[in-house]
Amino acid sequence: MAITQTDYETVIGLEVHVELHTKTKIFCGCSTSFGAAPNSNTCPVCLGHPGVLPVLNRQAVEYAMKAALALNCKINEDSIFARKNYFYPDSPKAYQISQYERPIGEFGWIDIEVNGEQKRIGITRLHLEEDAGKLTHVEGGAASLVDFNRVGTPLIEIVSEPDLRSPEEARAYLEKLKAIMQYCDVSDVKMEQGSLRCDANISLRPFGQKELGTKAELKNMNSFRGVQRGIEYEQWRQADVLDSGGKVVQETRRWDEAQAKTFSMRSKEEAHDYRYFPDPDLVRMNLDSAWQERVRSSIPELPDERKQRYTEQYGLSSYDAEVITASLALADFFENSLSYTSDAKAVANWMMGDLLAYLNANNLELSGVKVTSQGLGEMIGLIEKGTISGKIAKTVFREMLESGNLPQAIVEEQGLVQISDEGAIRAIVQNVLDANPGPVADVKGGNPKAIGFLVGQVMKESKGKANPGLANKLIAELIEKM
Amino acid sequence: MSITLKDVEHVAKLARLDLSADEKTLFTDQLNAILKYAEQLNALDTSNVAPTTHVLPLVNVMRDDLPHESLPVDQVMLNAPDEEEGHFKVPAVIE
Repeated sequence: MAITQTDYETVIGLEVHVELHTKTKIFCGCSTSFGAAPNSNTCPVCLGHPGVLPVLNRQAVEYAMKAALALNCKINEDSIFARKNYFYPDSPKAYQISQYERPIGEFGWIDIEVNGEQKRIGITRLHLEEDAGKLTHVEGGAASLVDFNRVGTPLIEIVSEPDLRSPEEARAYLEKLKAIMQYCDVSDVKMEQGSLRCDANISLRPFGQKELGTKAELKNMNSFRGVQRGIEYEQWRQADVLDSGGKVVQETRRWDEAQAKTFSMRSKEEAHDYRYFPDPDLVRMNLDSAWQERVRSSIPELPDERKQRYTEQYGLSSYDAEVITASLALADFFENSLSYTSDAKAVANWMMGDLLAYLNANNLELSGVKVTSQGLGEMIGLIEKGTISGKIAKTVFREMLESGNLPQAIVEEQGLVQISDEGAIRAIVQNVLDANPGPVADVKGGNPKAIGFLVGQVMKESKGKANPGLANKLIAELIEKM
Repeated sequence: MSITLKDVEHVAKLARLDLSADEKTLFTDQLNAILKYAEQLNALDTSNVAPTTHVLPLVNVMRDDLPHESLPVDQVMLNAPDEEEGHFKVPAVIE
């Protein structure tokens, strides 16, 4: 990408849709299960047949309230649904039941951290609505096929203030939002399955200018990385347009992951006119303070609170605590390990190192590997007791990732117990010294690097099982005597 | 408040209605007549009536999150103008 001439300030706001994991749809009892046969989870209500009445799912309302409270929103005690009118084959009623005035939550915020700097991002509103159906296109573009299973799945839409200033901040905001939803247990929040979706509004303005520039809306970013890269590209594209004296056109653009570019979606030029009005089929919601308090008390310890506790109680670095608490599964794994060892820092180091490296290299989640928190905790115990060396532990950990067996069993089965018997190591050391007169001479000549080489040879000879501290000591001792 | 020909054209476009020139004039007059009729409400003194979005004195009509039987797919498809592999088949829409 070319460097642009002018320094622009990027202004980003995100609109995030989160599918709530209720058992049934928001206005009828059809199942919300993913992957059912096309149109098998539908009924006259969600198909929009004439004369039917939607009845609100209480659990969806509670999840939305829980999410709103966890995002520090103020709940509108008197909240209503509205109809958003548009024609599109994914919407059988020709309107979507959504919220316009008096959404469930408003005026919230979350804190993010980018490059060690803390920043508070405002949340304009959180509202409850129904999802649309799914369209696929027949090859050759002759027709489209509609599956209404997803119609009526409860969604919350979370709209941020235009407070984000970089692609990194946008990604950090989205990751924090995901973690909060995950901790609250209101959604599966899987971007690949569409239970978490993100659109971005992006505009540029010269530094110091108060008015916002013309924005483009970016869609189709299907991963956290995609969100960051899409915004990076769009930032560059708009700067390029402005630098060459052009004007940014207000439009919707689609991020193409494979081509790493955004493309105009050229939707018809008529301005959207959704003609929102209160839905007469759904009576008002009264979310009184007693209900709010009941929901509030069900919110567990959230990522920021856990992060703070990990740094204060266990002495973790801010960065390690941030990474571990960004995923509920990792945070729980960390805490459960501490039932088997008291060395929290060692647990964090193994997680940040060998565990995350393996997950990232194989593109896996924690649920995709077999290692247990008990396994890691007990393995750290074996290192402490000197039963295995740190080096052998890497082999044991690898084995635990793949088999899920406990470390004691792996060590016994594979004969990995560390050799701490002085006599046995002394014999190996003597062999190594006899076979390497050169390095021995170097050590005598005062070159400490050569000791490292000799220790390495002893480890190799013992297949990694020699106690390295003991090997070191004996090498020094025996050379001394030579 | 009155409806202009332009309003009718705009609403017709949103509703995907193709109206002739005569129809546009006709509907402009009819819509204005309807609004005029409703205007009678303005004569009432509503200063002591709180604004509302719904006329029913009900709040929180909700159901538990319990599944019901969905419609068999063959019945779902009874209203489909065309179908393919359990899907509703419609003219291509590609953005």
